Amino acid sequence: MKPEALLHPTPAGLFCPIGRFHVDPVRPVERALITHGHSDHARAGHAKVLGTRQTLDIMRIRYGEGFAGSEQAAAFGEEIDIEGVRVSFHPAGHVLGSAQIVIEKDGLRIVVSGDYKRGTDPTCDPFVPVACDVFITEATFGLPVFHHPNPKEEIAKLLTSLKQFPERSHLIGAYALGKAQRVIRLIRDCGYSEPIFIHGALARLCEYYVGQGINLGDIRPATIEKSSPAAFRGAVVVGPPSAFQDRWARRFNEPLIAFASGWMMVRQRAKQGGVELPLVISDHCDWPELLSTIGEIGPSEVWVTHGREEALVRWCELKNIPARPLHLVGYEDEGD
Amino acid sequence: MKAFATLLDRLVFTPSRNGKLTLLADYFRDTPDPDRGYGLAALAGALDLKSVKPAMLRELVLERMDPVLFQYSYDYVGDLAETISLVWDGTAKDTIDDDHQPRLGEVVVRMNSLGRTEVRSAVRDLLDRLDTSSRFAFLKLATGSLRIGVSARLAKQALSDMSGKDVTEIETLWHGLAPPYEPLFAWLEGRAEKPVLATPAIFHSVMLANPVEAGDLEKLDPLDYAAEWKWDGIRVQMSSYGGTKKLYSRSGDDITGAFPDIVEAINFEGVIDGELLVGGTFRSNSPTRTFSDLQQRLNRKTVTGRMLDEYPAFVRAYDVLFEGDMDIRARSFFERRDRLADVIEHAPHDRFDLSQLVPFTNWEELDSLRVAPPDPVIEGVMIKKKGSPYQAGRLKGPWFKWKRDPYNIDAVMLYAQRGHGKRSSYYSDFTFGVWAETPDGEELVPVGKAYFGFTDAELEVLDKFVRDNTIDRFGPVRAVRAEPGFGFVLEVAFEGINRSTRHKSGVAMRFPRIARLRQDKLPRDADRLSTLTAMLDVKTGQG
Repeated sequence: MKPEALLHPTPAGLFCPIGRFHVDPVRPVERALITHGHSDHARAGHAKVLGTRQTLDIMRIRYGEGFAGSEQAAAFGEEIDIEGVRVSFHPAGHVLGSAQIVIEKDGLRIVVSGDYKRGTDPTCDPFVPVACDVFITEATFGLPVFHHPNPKEEIAKLLTSLKQFPERSHLIGAYALGKAQRVIRLIRDCGYSEPIFIHGALARLCEYYVGQGINLGDIRPATIEKSSPAAFRGAVVVGPPSAFQDRWARRFNEPLIAFASGWMMVRQRAKQGGVELPLVISDHCDWPELLSTIGEIGPSEVWVTHGREEALVRWCELKNIPARPLHLVGYEDEGD
Repeated sequence: MKAFATLLDRLVFTPSRNGKLTLLADYFRDTPDPDRGYGLAALAGALDLKSVKPAMLRELVLERMDPVLFQYSYDYVGDLAETISLVWDGTAKDTIDDDHQPRLGEVVVRMNSLGRTEVRSAVRDLLDRLDTSSRFAFLKLATGSLRIGVSARLAKQALSDMSGKDVTEIETLWHGLAPPYEPLFAWLEGRAEKPVLATPAIFHSVMLANPVEAGDLEKLDPLDYAAEWKWDGIRVQMSSYGGTKKLYSRSGDDITGAFPDIVEAINFEGVIDGELLVGGTFRSNSPTRTFSDLQQRLNRKTVTGRMLDEYPAFVRAYDVLFEGDMDIRARSFFERRDRLADVIEHAPHDRFDLSQLVPFTNWEELDSLRVAPPDPVIEGVMIKKKGSPYQAGRLKGPWFKWKRDPYNIDAVMLYAQRGHGKRSSYYSDFTFGVWAETPDGEELVPVGKAYFGFTDAELEVLDKFVRDNTIDRFGPVRAVRAEPGFGFVLEVAFEGINRSTRHKSGVAMRFPRIARLRQDKLPRDADRLSTLTAMLDVKTGQG
């Protein structure tokens, strides 16, 4: 069987015609397999949804009870038969509950990695390489310029800045699912034990992470009515980046805007966004991790999705690994 | 290198002046000699580092990297130094911890001791031994373009903040000292006496004027001020002491070698501030010539006899800082001017004259003189407080410059190019044209290029227009729609206009910038080339 007969791109997303299911569809479908809870991968309105328990919980938190017609939870490693196609979920190391989806039939195995990373992250299970014929990889940071530094060094910059500018509120932009909790956990691991204030948009997800056994320390809402700027002097505040352009940010004392993202690697890009303290912390693979993962898995073919597809395809060509871009649309990279 | 690289990283992103001062003062306090001194020199534009050509850097990176992948990376980042710092395959970097990376002082000394043939391998080795952000700092230093929004003045202010010493005192010493400034730091930290300058024939920071802005003059009494013509040459400083005679540009570059005619004629001792011009002095009774004539003499290391004959240079004196070795900067403008008049009276008449005062009784009168000056090489008036001492830097209050209004034309956007650095994702360099009669009928001919003057919000509008209306691409350049009934009209302001053989239109503007977006106009309303040539004729007195 040709791999395309088992899985191929359609306008709604990757589709398995034999099992009649989509993976991370961008529009409502009959049956959806979801890799992780970021809103560009996990959308509401599918009839049947299969995902890890945590991904389903996160979808419920974000979209409410009626986020899908029916749901089915998959444990890591459990084999599930869908119309004669065997599927299983394996940790992707991206955010809490994130999974790679393995799709198998007649000895042909395709791995849809979803978004993944290889660096350590205490807030989720680490990526497990699965041998396969076709490896579908993301390429969010698929350019040789991306080398994510050790995240603790980045947090050290934040702690230095808190000492240099003790009067300023340090506002850290971090996406609500995954990045925010990881940043808070990292700050704790670097020895900071003061209260950390969070924007309201983060509250329920942080609460969920804590419920899943991830200790975030003393976190408090940054949304107290009538709070004066003085209350946040020298405080660490975490919120979604969009909130910082909002009137919401005016309550803080001379706010210093930090942003935790892999995009912060490129200085002038960071500067355009008005960021004063870029923190290069990513939940995606950097370039060396993408290359080493492909090397480690050793697939006979690589398909490249969202991101800078052309550079990774070029690299595969140079290494004589058959590769092609999938040109999927609709993945906006909420997570980084 | 690590401390300097970290400082640069923070400065790039810190918009506020106070924030920058804190970062700079912390760096100067915490970094040991001689590294901090070289860091200071780099920030103040006083670091002399063997330069590395971008082409060589490109070759080095391509030794290890696929050219297609490099190109993808460069297109994305938009800045060569940053791209190389990011893509450099530094397999050695993991084995070198922060404490054992090359230090800034070490890098500077090593680079400057290299022979020509050694540069390539030394740069490769340094790039291997530095981490990503230090590589960036090194490449910025080696290619000679820091561009991080820190002026020499700000760096000195940080020294003042760190030590409590007055910034003008630091300024006064500055040009007598050289990197890595160890005696300066020793004095700032109270470990040594104030450094003594060996000779006054060094460059002394010049006093600068602020432009007159709306409402400035109403608050001032015209009786307290004197006015002079503002001549369209370049500001220079002559230093002569103990047989050493030097000519410096406004920023302190030594341009002695290019102006032997002036330097040989110096028969006084002291430091004099003035305008470098070509043509004749008042006293030789021949006209002062234009800036484009002066340009023939600029940016040259040496000068031919023919140049000296065809473009004789002279200095129109504005001020005196030292008389002999006596510092008279603290005296009043009028007192200094009396001394100056005396010096110039006894100096060779064909090479030196005294800038004249422009008598006026009220601001309206001065305004009318300003807009209609008696000589085409005058670009406005200078207003100086009679009692003011000579203070280095651009203080608000004692000196003002009041220029003739800039020229304005309406032109049509023809081509756009993506910017660099911060603007790497924007089309921000615009070539514009005006209507001209050509053998093929009325056509838009390019007359200049501008890449500033607009706000960030206006840049969004311009960028969107370019993306939506591209009709052709030439590498990084896009041609945009420009027809009589459809296109983008830009109001372009510029400081002056010269004849040019290099441009097809025959004219070249000085400091063109986008003054306003004229979305209210159609390209057919834009100006014609004849408008520009008329400005040229007025200026050279031919019209």
